Amino acid sequence: MQLYEYTVHELIEKLEKGETSSEEITKDYFKRIKEIDPKVKAYISTLEESALEKARKIDEKRKSGETLSKFAGIPIGIKDNMCIEGTKTTCSSKMLENFVAPYNATVIEKLNDEDVVYLGKLNMDEFAMGSSTERSAFFITHNPWDLDRVPGGSSGGSAAAVAADMAPWALGSDTGGSIRQPSSLCGVVGLKPTYGLVSRYGLVAFASSLDQIGPITKDVTDSAMLLNLIAGHDEKDSTSMDLEKKDYTKALVNDVKGMRIGIPKEYVGEGINEEVKNAILEVAKKYEELGAVVEDCSFDVGQYATSVYYIIADAEASSNLGRFDGIRYGYRSEKYDNLKDIYRNSRSEGFGPEVKRRIMVGTYVLSSGYYDAYYKKAQKVRTVIKDAYNKLFEKYDLLLTPTSPTTAFKIGEKTENPLEMYLADICTVPVNIGGLPGMSIPCALDSNGMPIGFQLIAKPFAEENIFRAAYTYEQNTNFRENKPSFKGGNS
Amino acid sequence: MAISKEEVIHIAKLADLNLSEDEIEKYTKDMQEILEFANRINNVDTSEMTETIAANEKSNVFRKDEVVKFENREVLLSNAPSQDEGMFRIPKVLN
Repeated sequence: MQLYEYTVHELIEKLEKGETSSEEITKDYFKRIKEIDPKVKAYISTLEESALEKARKIDEKRKSGETLSKFAGIPIGIKDNMCIEGTKTTCSSKMLENFVAPYNATVIEKLNDEDVVYLGKLNMDEFAMGSSTERSAFFITHNPWDLDRVPGGSSGGSAAAVAADMAPWALGSDTGGSIRQPSSLCGVVGLKPTYGLVSRYGLVAFASSLDQIGPITKDVTDSAMLLNLIAGHDEKDSTSMDLEKKDYTKALVNDVKGMRIGIPKEYVGEGINEEVKNAILEVAKKYEELGAVVEDCSFDVGQYATSVYYIIADAEASSNLGRFDGIRYGYRSEKYDNLKDIYRNSRSEGFGPEVKRRIMVGTYVLSSGYYDAYYKKAQKVRTVIKDAYNKLFEKYDLLLTPTSPTTAFKIGEKTENPLEMYLADICTVPVNIGGLPGMSIPCALDSNGMPIGFQLIAKPFAEENIFRAAYTYEQNTNFRENKPSFKGGNS
Repeated sequence: MAISKEEVIHIAKLADLNLSEDEIEKYTKDMQEILEFANRINNVDTSEMTETIAANEKSNVFRKDEVVKFENREVLLSNAPSQDEGMFRIPKVLN
């Protein structure tokens, strides 16, 4: 077995036993990246020199007997919308192509405290707006299970890198499914934590009331460990909650006896691919076998979540992206005579078509005369959706749904019709609207050999319920025996 | 409810975007479809509902208004497309 095939908790064991070094692990990853990434194209930039230098330093410290974090020298990949001081943070946009982060995101500060090693920055849909990573201004990322298919998005680079063993784990961000959907399409574990659990400081803002950073990992244990590292209150993000620190690995218990799991019937019905639906029902059966109480339930109002989402997310995006004006940082057009020209021409040349479309919709729903009909109404429906979730969680510890209505689609299949692409998120979007935690766990392959993921949803700050059930499923099944084939890619 | 080309042009102006003829054409069609889809929320009765104004219960988080020195001023400024003597350079605004 190659070093890059291990999970992080296995790598930690090997480091502790002295069977390998951080330098060896890091070198192995860069070897793998050089071999595989020309096909997958997950990384926008790699940080080989600084990574190896840090790895060597940590090995020396470890040798000299210095007390180090158990994560010291473990490599990680970071989605390219989080700031690492002194490195480029492009958001996969021409607008930020040359932007060098002047400070660290809080999640990066936290990872620095553990002495982790950064492999590089990962591709995404421009400003995280998309579900396929085809909206990157630079290049398309390919799904390691079939190079002719998309990896999902917007954290497609992060999910593809972990699936292809080009990073042992990675950070993604999730506004409407951008961690969970690509994790599902690439056969890895992706968690969107409860809104307010992880600081958003230093994450380039898309939709501030929905954005959340979370782990993309090979297994559930790594997910709990990475959440331990990044969760916590931060005074630089006023929406981050000041709660008692939890150790999520304590929730990794192989036992779901008595857990109450609801399956909203709307998510195993019309609009969900037959193979996906059957896989989810198999998961439900497994949980029943393992002693959970599984019941059908209804989440009727969920059907409006995607409509709510595209009003609220676009409204917030149009406001957040107002800061890109070609003055203080980012792209500036060469064509201008006056200040207004700088704003207009820089924005028009710097933003890609999907970003412009969202800014247009967002500006429209916030404009005079339409605000009440769209934005205000959507905020009210958001309350209806939250109330419906609250009622369900009086009865259930978890909800079980597919993560994505289909497996990975072909590159180019949905780029012409924006609305069709938006519907790729119907199972994940309601969770962001509710501010809840949700995880995608791989469970099966479809007839084309593409991964299917199921989603577990819990009430706010009940990540433990998710970890316990996801871990139990993983311990009693064997999805990880499947490996991506890297087939296709010739067209 | 239909969105007109004129409205799209007006919205683009508000958003500080120049759109080409083709883009106006395309976005008029796309926005029409997206807004129609968005309008489905009118099927939900919200007469008794208040708006969700934040994703969680936190509101009015205050801190002391203290000056904190940002140590990396050079790097901040180096991201500016055009700068001069520690200031952002822009075209003349006043006549």
